[in-house]
Amino acid sequence: MTETALPKPIPVTVLTGYLGAGKTTLLNRILTGNHGKKYAVIVNEFGEIGIDNDLIVESDEEIYEMNNGCICCTVRGDLIRVVEGLMRRPGRFDAIVVETTGLADPVPVAQTFFMDDDVRQKTELDAVVALVDAKHLPLRLKDSREAEDQIAFADVVLVNKTDLVTPEELAKVEATVRAINPSARIHRTTRSDIDLTKVLDQGAFNLERALENDPHFLDHDHEDHVCGPDCGHDHHHHDHDHHHHHDHDHDHDHHHDHDHDHDHHHHDASPIHDVTVQSISLRGGEMNPDRFFPWIQKITQTDGPNILRLKGIIAFAGDDERYVVQGVHMIVEGDHQRAWKDGEKRESRLVFIGRGLDREKIERTFKACEAQKA
Amino acid sequence: MPTVAPLDLDGHVVAAAFLGDVPFFATASGAVHRLDHGQKVTEAHDGLLACVRDEANDTLVTGGEDGKVMRISVDGTATLLAEVPRKWISVVAAGPQGAVGFAEGRTAHVRLADGRIREFAESRSVEGIAFAPKGLRIGVARYNGVSLHWVAMAGQPVDLEWKGAHTAITFSPDGRFVVTSMQENALHGWKLDSKPGADTRHMRMTGYPAKVKSLSWSAKGKWLASSGAPAAIVWPFAAKDGPMGKPPLELGTRADVMATAVACHPAEDVVAIGYSDGMVLAARFSDSREVLLRRPGKGAVTSMAWSRNGKLLAFASEAGDCGVVDLTG
Repeated sequence: MTETALPKPIPVTVLTGYLGAGKTTLLNRILTGNHGKKYAVIVNEFGEIGIDNDLIVESDEEIYEMNNGCICCTVRGDLIRVVEGLMRRPGRFDAIVVETTGLADPVPVAQTFFMDDDVRQKTELDAVVALVDAKHLPLRLKDSREAEDQIAFADVVLVNKTDLVTPEELAKVEATVRAINPSARIHRTTRSDIDLTKVLDQGAFNLERALENDPHFLDHDHEDHVCGPDCGHDHHHHDHDHHHHHDHDHDHDHHHDHDHDHDHHHHDASPIHDVTVQSISLRGGEMNPDRFFPWIQKITQTDGPNILRLKGIIAFAGDDERYVVQGVHMIVEGDHQRAWKDGEKRESRLVFIGRGLDREKIERTFKACEAQKA
Repeated sequence: MPTVAPLDLDGHVVAAAFLGDVPFFATASGAVHRLDHGQKVTEAHDGLLACVRDEANDTLVTGGEDGKVMRISVDGTATLLAEVPRKWISVVAAGPQGAVGFAEGRTAHVRLADGRIREFAESRSVEGIAFAPKGLRIGVARYNGVSLHWVAMAGQPVDLEWKGAHTAITFSPDGRFVVTSMQENALHGWKLDSKPGADTRHMRMTGYPAKVKSLSWSAKGKWLASSGAPAAIVWPFAAKDGPMGKPPLELGTRADVMATAVACHPAEDVVAIGYSDGMVLAARFSDSREVLLRRPGKGAVTSMAWSRNGKLLAFASEAGDCGVVDLTG
């Protein structure tokens, strides 16, 4: 078979972000950066991108609903065609960057890389990177659902233009981002200036690498970590008492101080009143695979349209390897990743990001998948 | 015993075609090679995306990443037909009377023989264009169906609706049927002579494990061969209602290797089948008999074309290992 001779899939980075958030600036940094790599870039408009030496393709965003009865099964038809063309001459570039329009829904872009066989065979979605304008995020969240979706869907969020806000405003913005998406890596930038190794080649959708290079997935002891709504610090991780939007700000102005008091925050005006995305972070013990797999299948089938992303590390009883899962809407995939290390706590962690999810039901049914203690 | 004259080119080869007796091979890089008393080459594009043979005047029509639409003659001469700067031209079609169709984004263009260009705006991206066999009429494949436009006349297009993304289009040689390939691994057909809205108008051809990227009508137009399965799937179109209610032929079935290109013989009811491993077979419709034309190679077969007398078959490959099969041995 010729399949064995196929080259390594080309990584694809998706850049999202509202108009003015700094996408073009970041793109120019990627294209001019001193990293020795060549990028093919797919944009909606050439705009102000330096087009001299680089392979830049303009493409009309074209969202196709798959004719399979699933309303969330959408792909970007234009990307299928452009990627097919690019991949016929793969020697020209090392990776692909897709820049979306400010109002774009990132989901069809991502799903293209899972649902189209040809695209999937030759490329690999690396990460979805969202740029957020620190100054204007609160306003954006008020008037657009897309801004929120972009954050919710991202693996990496750059909170940009931090020089235009006060430390207090910045902390609020970060808390908001964390409230929308507890599993994304957040970086602060000005003028989209970032070490490109934190943006490119992240392997966020690669089951072997996802979560592995993020050892603090859902943990709260990382220096970059900004505690979110389901912060488990200093209180039991199944504290279900705070599940309303209004308590998402309980630690927004001291992201590394764990001594916060929850009580007095509940009556504050929330700076993130306009957040409609919810995240559900689950922790449990070792799972029974005979219960877990039917459960995750069912939940992604029935609640798929409401699930933007899911990611998790699962410990199965009697299994010496970590199992990682990730999903987009109704697409879910999982695989063994590596052996559990000595001393590593064998627990299962899963985060759902979406809308209209039944937190109580998901938590209860997740717990029901735990293996019975002998 | 068929013999193979190999031709090794660099990289992906988009199309193989005969102009007269000269085999042409259009590479994705933009070089168009021909075997005419030795190997000769025309640098047609900076990146070639699409290439079709124009039967009306025995030339090739190509579209490229450079926004150009070119015509290439049997002697290798390349002529610029149209240019849309900075746009990828990934859809081209050749029609009667020297007309050429091409598309960028949501606009289909038809260039007439005198150089005039007519534009047809669609609400969604143009994924494919085909000329009807009679009259100057095009069909445009797009999301949720096909638009039929008369090229020379003003007027509303006829919309053939079917939910989903239609990515390629072909008319039957008698003009009675339009068939599209869909993103969902299926073909969809419309019977043009039945009343709009009638049940018999639609033809659903499903069951493919992969997208159908290659379609070929048999010599008399009674069969439509297709790729997208581990065999050539050949639908019967001789009856009034086309293939409805009839199973297709499955020719050249292999266990786990997909057919990636099909080309019906110009005279006989025989189809050449190219596979993802580079093998090429010929199979006869009447008794499913197969003949091996080429052993597996380095890459999937992307395109095949018969010479006019049906004695030579040119094939192109994703990995550049192309060639010409001589059936007379």
